[in-house]
Amino acid sequence: MSAALPLLASEEFKAPGLGLFEWPPILASGPAWFNKPTALMMLGSLLVIVFAYAAFSRPRVVPRGMQNVGELAYTFVREQVARPFLGTKDSDRWMPLLFTLFFFVWIMNLFGSIIFIQFPVMSIIGYPAILAIMVWVLTQYLGVKRQGPIGLFKNVMFPPGLPKWVYVLVAPIEFLSHFFLRHITHAVRLFATMMAGHLIVALFSDVGWHFLFVALTPLGAPLGLIGVIMTILLTGFELFIQALQAYVFALLTAMFIGGALHPEH
Amino acid sequence: MSGVLAQVTGDLGSIGYGLAAIGPGVGIGIIFGQGVQAIARQPEAYGLIRQNMILGFVFAEALALIGVALAFAFRG
Repeated sequence: MSAALPLLASEEFKAPGLGLFEWPPILASGPAWFNKPTALMMLGSLLVIVFAYAAFSRPRVVPRGMQNVGELAYTFVREQVARPFLGTKDSDRWMPLLFTLFFFVWIMNLFGSIIFIQFPVMSIIGYPAILAIMVWVLTQYLGVKRQGPIGLFKNVMFPPGLPKWVYVLVAPIEFLSHFFLRHITHAVRLFATMMAGHLIVALFSDVGWHFLFVALTPLGAPLGLIGVIMTILLTGFELFIQALQAYVFALLTAMFIGGALHPEH
Repeated sequence: MSGVLAQVTGDLGSIGYGLAAIGPGVGIGIIFGQGVQAIARQPEAYGLIRQNMILGFVFAEALALIGVALAFAFRG
């Protein structure tokens, strides 16, 4: 392309790649695991803890300050995430987990759009994977406890009301999907959206930087302008996707727990 | 003449991702199209419809996202 458009690039533009997701340790003499995502993860957990403590530690009948925000958030998670899948009684029991998951995932995603931080921690597979493994262990434990080990397999692999020969197909598919695939996609969904979003925003902002500041040429300038505009638009889109993915993560957790507790639904 | 009939060079992962995005694209279109139709027919069931719409959307979307992840995973 650069041969066809000699005015476009005085030096080669290099698109950002997977190097965006590799971080050196913060302290040169410190442990190798202590890099920016780990530090952000600790900051994110701290923020969630401080928020929940400030909102719910000393509840008053007439809410003031942080308690107002906390109750708004709590009501949202309860009405939109927990109740549709868990019912009134069980949702109160599991709300602490769902509330924490929603806000933890959200704040970790939100780091991707906060200036000077600008790294969504969930775009490294380890972080969503550990949450998904936690949910996996929890749902299998609940399933075995509520339905018994035999009953769990029977409910999953042999749903009633199908012709006999269909079970040859249904049983292995349901087994794989219920015990493994849906939990793997639970983690991969969050990871891949965050990674793809971060890559795209980085690509467009890099285009803007390169063609407007590093190599300003008459033909390259409009391209750089497009890059800047797209960066702004996509950052807005990312803010929406980040909240949606946190919501979906909590929603699917509620669905898995509800499925383990009440297999008939 | 060699045994190779046609050859593609470059980043095959991108092509693979493009192919992987077709199905989920169609699926998500159907989901939201039918969802909007359902809301138009029965606006009072908005909450319930939106919930199930998003649920269906994330299941379809997961396939495209696996495509993104695998495009990077299998990059030579």
